[in-house]
Amino acid sequence: MASEGASPVPASSGTGGPKDPYVPVPYRVVENSSETPDTVTLTLHPVGGTRVPSFLPGQFNMFYAFGIGEAAISMSGDPHVVGRLVHTVRAVGKVTTALTRLRPGDVAGIRGPYGHGWPLEVARGRDVVIVAGGLGLAPLRPLVYQILRNRDHFGRVEIVYGARTPSDLLYYGEIQEWRKRSDLRFQVTVDSADRSWYGDVGVVTSRLPDARFDPSRAIAFVCGPEIMMKFTAQALEARGLSDEAIWLSMERNMKCAFAQCGHCQFGPHFICRDGPVLPYTRIRRLMALREV
Amino acid sequence: MSAEGDRYVLSRKDVSRLLEQLHQRGYTVLAPRVHEAALVYGEIRSVEELPSGWTDRQEGGTYRLERRSDDALFGYNVGPDSWKKYLFPAHEKLWTARRTAEGFEVEESRKTGPRYAFLGVRACEIAAMHIQDRVFGGPYADPGYQARRTGALIIAVQCGQAGNTCFCVSMKTGPRVTQGFDLSLTELLDGNDHRFLLEVGSERGAEIAESLHLPVAPPKDVRAAGELLDRTAAAMGRTLRTDDLHELLLGSPEHPHWEEIAQRCLSCTNCTLACPTCFCSTTEEVPELDGTKVERWRRWDSCFTLGFTQLGKSSVRRSGASRYRQWLTHKLASWQDQFGSSGCVGCGRCITWCPVGIDLTVEVPVLRTGARSKSSEGTAKP
Repeated sequence: MASEGASPVPASSGTGGPKDPYVPVPYRVVENSSETPDTVTLTLHPVGGTRVPSFLPGQFNMFYAFGIGEAAISMSGDPHVVGRLVHTVRAVGKVTTALTRLRPGDVAGIRGPYGHGWPLEVARGRDVVIVAGGLGLAPLRPLVYQILRNRDHFGRVEIVYGARTPSDLLYYGEIQEWRKRSDLRFQVTVDSADRSWYGDVGVVTSRLPDARFDPSRAIAFVCGPEIMMKFTAQALEARGLSDEAIWLSMERNMKCAFAQCGHCQFGPHFICRDGPVLPYTRIRRLMALREV
Repeated sequence: MSAEGDRYVLSRKDVSRLLEQLHQRGYTVLAPRVHEAALVYGEIRSVEELPSGWTDRQEGGTYRLERRSDDALFGYNVGPDSWKKYLFPAHEKLWTARRTAEGFEVEESRKTGPRYAFLGVRACEIAAMHIQDRVFGGPYADPGYQARRTGALIIAVQCGQAGNTCFCVSMKTGPRVTQGFDLSLTELLDGNDHRFLLEVGSERGAEIAESLHLPVAPPKDVRAAGELLDRTAAAMGRTLRTDDLHELLLGSPEHPHWEEIAQRCLSCTNCTLACPTCFCSTTEEVPELDGTKVERWRRWDSCFTLGFTQLGKSSVRRSGASRYRQWLTHKLASWQDQFGSSGCVGCGRCITWCPVGIDLTVEVPVLRTGARSKSSEGTAKP
């Protein structure tokens, strides 16, 4: 049995913070950089010198747009850079649309961090396979930073990233840098493209058969749409990876983020508290069912 | 000095003295009252507001008030609402935020709780409170719930009769109140001597009991109360086999019966609102028109709504069958994984208040047999 993911940090652990777990802390936007036509990456600093709580790759915050509402958004920045928060947000509903429209100087609210992140300690000494689909790269990026910072703690590092089209690729410049590295293989594929795209075309699972890792000592971290994660897990198993070595980050509707509002239940799991990162072995039966 | 476990006789006319003592201590006394043809919890100022001489007749999808042949104050079972509405209000303001030069400022709303005295709490309802205590406790304890819960005085009433949709014996939550109360009352109606056996369940209860200067209960009253509860336990309107519920529900996600139930279920959410343990909620943003001030509210939500599982532009549980399956599987099975107990206390509200009379004590046995025909395990007495 695989161990639990990285431990959560209680949101109100700092002294002087809000006592009511629903209360957000104001943060000022210092940068809004466009990733794709509907996705931005926001950098935020706390208003009035509040300490930014440290977080673990894979954890998330409740991100609040004044007068609009809250959405659960993963941290997408480097966990070692202190004093700021980085979130990548895609405009889907009214809250996320409002968040993507925040400009430098605007103030939003943050509460968190919540949930269990990627179990990096379990990955020590092993080959690491990271598979991201679409916006799923955002919660994996802090993990990549962490791995690169301690690169010699790991064996081979293989990253496969799939997006719908070339214009949907996140962190484009950074990916180009990563692709130049010799201690990392970063494959990019898109579902469809026009003739200006020279890269791979095909779903993300099509890149897994020739991904370079030793199934007997590898660990896989997967994030993307649920259907993509399901097929990725199957493809990784087909490569000989045991289901205990596959970790997924699940997404569900969330209102509270601390297992009290009931929205994010997935079988017995509260995705907010027990996840969002869960071992495939614990959820594979639920993932095979419809409308859980 | 009174102490836990002490028993006294409280005469019918002394009930008003008990109320006086509660009011003197600053409690808002909440109790069942007749309201819109049902017994609904609300504030009472005098004993005359209690439903003297009323009883309820309950069945799947049916609730009727009827006159009793006596003047019992608590001669009925549970109504459409539960104490949940006080401890975990259906609509609660969480905080207010105001625009400032530096962005916005948040003012917390939930700092102090009211001082409630719940009069007429049944064993199943105390069990329900203990279940919600586990939901709203822990590292992210809900300050509003905690303040109201710790402040609340629990005056239990031992059930002198069983309702037709009751199955607390199956769920091992009643009918006898054994813990989690400050005072408990057993209504004794033999002959013309209308009185109560009053039992002390806590120090807080002992202090109130002492202030009433009551006679110690004679052994015959203690015996009569015990026999009354035995008769109630034997008269449960419903039964539910519980030993296999965890495996049964978690092992039946694709049973065709979910679809059959969905043919009848209206997804109206009544069962979840009437349930004393259902805890799901959503948050609402209520902005002023000028955009300078906003309030954040929490409101009861239900896993029976389509929007409950909205993710992006769609919802995870789109079919009625998947939503009923979620509710029942959570209530009876995954609740055990999450909180160490069943989420059901056997109060029967979800049966009585289902507009189409869906009865989990009938549906569960169908899942067990695997057949589409209904077994007789959970059917009511004639």
